[in-house]
Amino acid sequence: MTIENIIFLLVAIIGFGLFAWQARKIRANILVGRDRDMSGNIGERLQKTLLVAFGQQKMFKRITPALLHLVVYVGFLVINIEVIEIVIDGVFGTHRFLQFLGPVYNVLMATNEILGALVIVAVIAFWWRRNVKKVRRFSGPEMRAWPRIDADMILYIEVVLMVALFVMNTSDLKWHRLQNLEMPGSFPVSSLLLGIFPSDLNLLHFLERAGWWAHIVGILIFLNYLPSSKHFHIIMAFPNVYYSRLVPQGQFSNVDSITHEVKAMMDPSYQVPAPPVGPDGSALAPTSFGAKDVEDLAWTNLLNAYSCTECGRCTASCPANITGKLLSPRKIIMDTRDRMEEKYNSPLIFQPNQYGDASKGTERVKIEADQNTLLRGKVTPEELWACTTCNACVESCPVNINPLESIIEMRRFLVLEESAAPHSLNVMFSNIENNGAPWAFSPSDRFNWADELYLAEKQAVTA
Amino acid sequence: MADLAARGEQPEILFWVGCAGAFDDRYKRVTRAFVRILEHVGIKYAVLGMEETCTGDPAKRAGNEFLFQMQAMQNITTLDGYQIKKIVTACPHCFNTIKNEYPALGGNYEVIHHSTFLQQLINEGKVGVAGGGEFKGRRITFHDSCYLGRANNIYEAPRDVLATLDADLVEMKRSRANGLCCGAGGAQMWKEAEPGNKEVNIERTEEALFTLDGNAPALAQTRGVEDGNAGATPSPRANAQGAIIAVSCPFCMTMMSDGVKNKERESDVQVFDLAELIASAEGLNA
Ligand code: SF4
Ligand code: SF4
Repeated sequence: MTIENIIFLLVAIIGFGLFAWQARKIRANILVGRDRDMSGNIGERLQKTLLVAFGQQKMFKRITPALLHLVVYVGFLVINIEVIEIVIDGVFGTHRFLQFLGPVYNVLMATNEILGALVIVAVIAFWWRRNVKKVRRFSGPEMRAWPRIDADMILYIEVVLMVALFVMNTSDLKWHRLQNLEMPGSFPVSSLLLGIFPSDLNLLHFLERAGWWAHIVGILIFLNYLPSSKHFHIIMAFPNVYYSRLVPQGQFSNVDSITHEVKAMMDPSYQVPAPPVGPDGSALAPTSFGAKDVEDLAWTNLLNAYSCTECGRCTASCPANITGKLLSPRKIIMDTRDRMEEKYNSPLIFQPNQYGDASKGTERVKIEADQNTLLRGKVTPEELWACTTCNACVESCPVNINPLESIIEMRRFLVLEESAAPHSLNVMFSNIENNGAPWAFSPSDRFNWADELYLAEKQAVTA
Repeated sequence: MADLAARGEQPEILFWVGCAGAFDDRYKRVTRAFVRILEHVGIKYAVLGMEETCTGDPAKRAGNEFLFQMQAMQNITTLDGYQIKKIVTACPHCFNTIKNEYPALGGNYEVIHHSTFLQQLINEGKVGVAGGGEFKGRRITFHDSCYLGRANNIYEAPRDVLATLDADLVEMKRSRANGLCCGAGGAQMWKEAEPGNKEVNIERTEEALFTLDGNAPALAQTRGVEDGNAGATPSPRANAQGAIIAVSCPFCMTMMSDGVKNKERESDVQVFDLAELIASAEGLNA
């Protein structure tokens, strides 16, 4: 083992270890959410994951970004195979370990290079859409300093990684060619670049090493950057889609604790099941209705928050947002993530989501500690009440995030725990209670519609 | 229903009228149109009449789960008391709630929205308009109801129904799964909108009018759908006898009608429910 191998081994252990450490904290954050049984239906869930996560099904609602994204995504998958080779080479001091694959290796390397070049093109297009064309959905009050820097940062890192790859391949190729040595693999893009590289053998060897190290260290840095970034979706999209809802979108969750109460009210003989008990056998404190803070949401809602790409498709399709209201489903999701990290673990090495208010670009009202919860502390009732529950946000999210569920949970808290519904809704509630209709009509008028229809029958009924 | 039960008879279907269908003056016309269709095809139906009460949909969406469940349990008791199996309703909100949310509380029924029901009647040849009747060639655009479309994946039934009218059907830029809400769902119907720069129903009505007028440049400005993957842009053409915005939901009906009034286009654009269109095409004018 050379000193280079040992250094590589150390770097790799630190890189992956750090990532595991961050991932554990994120897992802990997600698990503060309420329990929800998501087991079963494995076949249907896998199929969904295959279609939506692997197959990018929902991306194809918008063809331009879908194609660009597809290039980067496939590039990422294929380049990962080369990363395996790099790790093996690094640990065992081999050179291009996978070359025993023969023709397959040729294809692999060639695909890799072509995709690498296409990724650079796609990244430039992405950068242009964000910074020059300024596609509308990339802006908005919740897109504060960090989310914007983050989005561009990823693009820059991707370019650096691809450039490192080409430096490594081209110098390696030229080094072999100059000595009339056979070089395993086939390199359609690097062969074109040979001319711009120096002819000094030592320098070429140095460049090859530099490219190799830059590529792998870059990937490890990128890996550890992910948990602070919207780019974490490249991992979280898969579990998130797997655990997405399988019921019709219009079906809102049932609150079982309320069902027991209502049944007991309607039927005095109804036996309310014993309240859940803690591990020590004592009854647990009853949970509140709806959600005030992150731990009142289901763990799937929290998983959502770590899968969000901040792409803004939800907000762009939201009727409330389109017509200038404060509500932005993306903001609800981002707030949930920021709140988790503020209250629980900040799993990250640096904490971009927690930078002072100055970095957030908006002035915030100072809030009392006990008021600093997800609801009110970050999400205002005004946002929540603007939602028409139309499901456009749910439909448009490419990774099956459901902002609507969180919105309804917070509305439930406002109504059931705080009785803080807007006045006109309270009027509607009492109409339903008293007249059985949301409007103030008398139940006895319910049959008036039939008046012109069959007067005779109607008289018979009312008689 | 009480009458039928007293006579010991069972209806084939229960027609769930819904609060809007029972109380809203405009939507009562839809209720009557649908009843005339039922009579016309000779199906044995019943309504609950005064025993019907709100499904609880607006309460649930506003977060009042307690009130929702009270309503739901009461309705389930009534429905089960009459041993109802099959329910048809013209309201997507009632449809969604009874179909998707009552089972968790013990209410299990076959629930059909009237667009699907009409589609079935047409397929069975019980309703059919030779030559399209009075709607032939008129320009119609269909506004998807969120609770029919995205909530329950029903996009084709209403379009199939409209197709029998032999009219000039045009799609809005935001349609089907990309459809824009009328602005009334989620209990918005009963409250003022939050501050913004426009009402949702105005935005949607404008889009419908641009579509009916064939105003492509204005449609291109429509936010929320990128890259023009929406329906074909209609060419400008006079709307012979007036154009129609077709809806299949009482809330959409109110919101779109208000929008048309707001834009002062009542003279050449009308808002109709599917049932009304079929009833008048069949000569069953309500
Ligand atoms: S469900 Fe609510 S948040 Fe989502 S798009 Fe519709 S109005 Fe916006
Ligand atoms: S919730 Fe989905 S659609 Fe909305 S910004 Fe996040 S990833 Fe995009």
